[in-house]
Amino acid sequence: MDWEYVKYYFNWLTGEIRDFLLVANSPGQKIVLAIVVIALFVGVMALLLWLVDRPRNPRGWLVASVFAGPALVLIGFGLVYPAIRTTQSSFYDRTSSVFVGWDNYVRAFSESEFQIVLRNTALWVFLVPILATAIGLIYAVLVDRTRFEKLAKTLVFMPMAISMVGASIIWKFVYDYRQASSPQTGLLNQVLVWIGIEPQQFILSQPWNNFFLIVVMIWIQTGFAMTILSASIRAIPEDIIEAGRLDGLSGIGMFRHITVPSIRPALIVVLTTIAMATLKVFDIVRTMTGGNFGTSVVANEFYTQSFRYNDKGLGATLAVILFVLVIPLVVYNVRQMRKVEEIR
Amino acid sequence: MRIKNARGAIALTAGASLALVLSACAPPMDEEPGGTDTGTDTGTTEPTGDVAEGCEDYAVYGDLSGKTVTVYTSIVEVEQVDQEESYDKFEECTGAKIEYEGSREFEAQLLVRVESGSAPDIAYLPQPGLLNTIVNDFPDAIVPASAGTEANVDQFFSPSWKEYGTVNDTFYAAPLGANMKSFVWYNPSIFTEKGYAVPTTWDEMLALTDQIAADYPDSKPWCAGIESGDATGWPATDWIEDVVLRASGPEVYDQWVAHEIPFNDPAIKSAFDVADDILRDEARVNGGFGNVATIAITPWTDGGLPILPAGDDDPQCFLHRAANFYQNNWPEGTNVAEDGDVFAFYLPSIDGESSPVLGGGEFVAAFRDAPEVAAFQEFLSSDTWANEKARVTEGGGWVTANNGLDLNNLATDFDKLAAGVLGDPNSVIRFDASDLMPAAVGAGSFWREMTAWFAEGKDTQAVLDAIEASWP
Amino acid sequence: MTTSTPPVTAAPTKAGVQTRATKLRKRLSNPWASLAAVVIAILWTIPTVGLLITSFRPEVDITRNGWWNVLKFWERPTLTLANYDQALFGGQTSLANYFVNTLVVTLPSVVIPISLALLAAYAFAWIDFKGRDILFVAVFALQIVPIQVTLIPLLTQYNQWGLSGTFWPVWLSHSMFALPLAIFLLHNFMKDIPPSLVEAARVDGAGHVKIFFRVLMPLLVPAIASFAIFQFLWVWNDLLVSLTFAGGRPNVAPLTVRIAEMVGTRGSDWFLLSAGAFISMIVPVIVFLSLQRYFVRGMMAGSVKG
Repeated sequence: MDWEYVKYYFNWLTGEIRDFLLVANSPGQKIVLAIVVIALFVGVMALLLWLVDRPRNPRGWLVASVFAGPALVLIGFGLVYPAIRTTQSSFYDRTSSVFVGWDNYVRAFSESEFQIVLRNTALWVFLVPILATAIGLIYAVLVDRTRFEKLAKTLVFMPMAISMVGASIIWKFVYDYRQASSPQTGLLNQVLVWIGIEPQQFILSQPWNNFFLIVVMIWIQTGFAMTILSASIRAIPEDIIEAGRLDGLSGIGMFRHITVPSIRPALIVVLTTIAMATLKVFDIVRTMTGGNFGTSVVANEFYTQSFRYNDKGLGATLAVILFVLVIPLVVYNVRQMRKVEEIR
Repeated sequence: MRIKNARGAIALTAGASLALVLSACAPPMDEEPGGTDTGTDTGTTEPTGDVAEGCEDYAVYGDLSGKTVTVYTSIVEVEQVDQEESYDKFEECTGAKIEYEGSREFEAQLLVRVESGSAPDIAYLPQPGLLNTIVNDFPDAIVPASAGTEANVDQFFSPSWKEYGTVNDTFYAAPLGANMKSFVWYNPSIFTEKGYAVPTTWDEMLALTDQIAADYPDSKPWCAGIESGDATGWPATDWIEDVVLRASGPEVYDQWVAHEIPFNDPAIKSAFDVADDILRDEARVNGGFGNVATIAITPWTDGGLPILPAGDDDPQCFLHRAANFYQNNWPEGTNVAEDGDVFAFYLPSIDGESSPVLGGGEFVAAFRDAPEVAAFQEFLSSDTWANEKARVTEGGGWVTANNGLDLNNLATDFDKLAAGVLGDPNSVIRFDASDLMPAAVGAGSFWREMTAWFAEGKDTQAVLDAIEASWP
Repeated sequence: MTTSTPPVTAAPTKAGVQTRATKLRKRLSNPWASLAAVVIAILWTIPTVGLLITSFRPEVDITRNGWWNVLKFWERPTLTLANYDQALFGGQTSLANYFVNTLVVTLPSVVIPISLALLAAYAFAWIDFKGRDILFVAVFALQIVPIQVTLIPLLTQYNQWGLSGTFWPVWLSHSMFALPLAIFLLHNFMKDIPPSLVEAARVDGAGHVKIFFRVLMPLLVPAIASFAIFQFLWVWNDLLVSLTFAGGRPNVAPLTVRIAEMVGTRGSDWFLLSAGAFISMIVPVIVFLSLQRYFVRGMMAGSVKG
């Protein structure tokens, strides 16, 4: 009898909790839910940390598993498992039902325009990280400690805050082409007209159109480079700067001998991160040319095959090609890590 | 603030010239008066005894209180508002709840949802090709059309529309809205001023083209734009399809769609040449934008805008082939009427005798086997819904091929004309070919190669060979 | 400031920093440097300014000539709020509803991955365990997995757990997708911290948890702030994850879903996006401005000596 009572209330309580956590309808409920979820999360993590922080608990793996475990579980479920499945489907046909061996890879590489796609991807992944990082670094140094620092940084940061759809419209108003006799709607062509040159069809002129698309990605990513690099420039210890100054360094000398070496690890991080993002990006190509006019990249082909043609096998294969393209980056980073280890 | 509705709400006067061209195939206005019972319903549910007032037409669906049907579509606001409003009465009379969700990412998202087991109850598929993919790739997910739906479609739609919703001899999806693509937009006041007549044969149209070119040396007769983000190229495929339908005839068209003749068949090549004659002639295109290549980079939404002159200037362009839904593209305040700022005439056939029409539309597919889902699918294929939808679409811009629709319920004369053609059993209607072909062609190489045809001036034979080679 | 003076660090006096800063400012600012900065700033801003001006132009003008024609004030250009009016009030559901959803999606999706990544980064940087380096390289390389390949496997799971249509799949997914980059970034920032600091604390008998919170966290504020900004932005501007895992119904759909649909079924109202883009940009820019004060200068000053 008593037991039934307890069971009833237990069920009622768990039901209520479940409903609260899953169903939120009014704005107030939703916000409360978000806060409760954050609090729950913090609470659970705090409890775990408190548990392993007993004195005399030197076992590294236990502490490590509490620190890194939750993250690794999420990554394993959300990324590793899908990545393995993707690799698997790359050896199957378009509906993932018949094993076809390397056929998809042969198909991917034998497509008539695939060489252009690979060439474009290489262009992107080479130019975007280097230029975005270089410009972001120079800009961060130039505006550092100036009166307008906040405003100046916000201006370059803004492209990051604009959604992809917004960005595609912004650049439409830069590259748009109208015949010479009509008023131009694209800024770049208007500039050409002002200085007396015929307007150009920027989006059509192969292979230069690739560079015009790459500019968009650089425009977006420079804000990322600037923000991260600026944070690490600010973290350069004052005494190092002071030492450089005493050695008679200033301006470019300071930049080369103090700033760049001090933030070298951050530079590598930024370069790598932008390179990864560039390999994956397809929205720019997709919205601006749809992959036409010889501008497609591997990520765009992957998207088209997977979601437009519903060809699981070929789509997965292109994703695997992306995985492979990242190996040089991984190797480079591992080498850099080793170097840092050795210095220590 | 519903711009589009306000825009379309302009009263239209009868499009006399269009009516002349189409009068042969316009159905009598009172053929199927709105509001009659669907009659032949085999009935998935028993009608209840007492029917609330105004709910007589909904009695066949029975009592669905407490039931919910989720609907997933590519139709978003502003059109979404009218869509949802047209279900109000169904919800009120049956007690069912319709949960509507529209998304512009519909096509990719639907497949993701179907594959991961969270398909909506009902989806409006904008292409029969997508239906084909779903039936073949996920046969367990989709449910054949309910008996009541099939009965409605047999009664209210021509057999070819039913055919588009059929895969492997099973009927899955009933037509919903439709569009009529064989229109040429023009500027009526210029036509009146210059005494141009609306052409009724292809040759007359070419003669008019030359006439305009001679009268307006600073403009071009035609304009076009096929840029559409990641779907760039589709407006060009519509152009070609309209010409194939005219130059080679409906039989060849059907064989071409079904791949019974290769894509690079000489019959198709000759149709391309007819289109080539207008679309790749520097003297005839691309008014307001520049040379032929600009067709590839001009947004399709902008493609016809040079027809509207800026101030007192001459228009930059005079003719623009686009579907009935292009009327939503004219800027706010444009008078779409036979004596207004813009209007459209029927893209003439080669001989001027036959009247082939290129059409498109959505199809209602069900993904859950339940009475309420079946009932809602049946409702959407009925004359009751068609008339209700026409009634609530006060701004116009919506038509259907359902011949149970009373054309008087449509808001604008332009819509009445389009619907008249689509609903007429005598019209030679063919569905948009690229929507019927496999996605790798119909949403892939066909688009891509047409874009290269304009952008790079790619040789026609090379274009045809490339598309043929890509056929899976 | 959230942090008090770090225990082991001897922060330089404010006055000292200022004098040094002033000296440096003098040295660094020469006319060419200023010119270069101004040129970059202008180049990066003009496209956005173009969109901003466009968002106030009537539809007809937008397609007829360029936005700079507005600057010809003597021709009396027309400006209108119609685009904003339509973007803000044109939908069936009020925009405020989508704002709330975005906020509810964003907060946990920023806090959870950053906390988890901080802990994991600490483990990879300062705890010795077997296979640490290989595991770290694997995590870092996983940045390349495109979100698109994860959609179907994840959604299938969420459905089985009965989570679809709630905020949970969105929170979980955003957290998962952010982790590799977050761990990579924060790990490298942590590695920058002089080992002597950590050693000193260890000698004092501090455990990992204490070292993490007392020694490292205060030094990592700029790194956390900069990553937080980007994670916030990605979540704020995300369309795909929300659309797939939460669906587009007004109850859960974020702002981006609404904005993407402003263009209408056939994309004919694309000019409304100019207004939409600015409406959705306001919050990220405010966040950027307000987080900037956490990019604290000289936090690690003096620490290297220790």
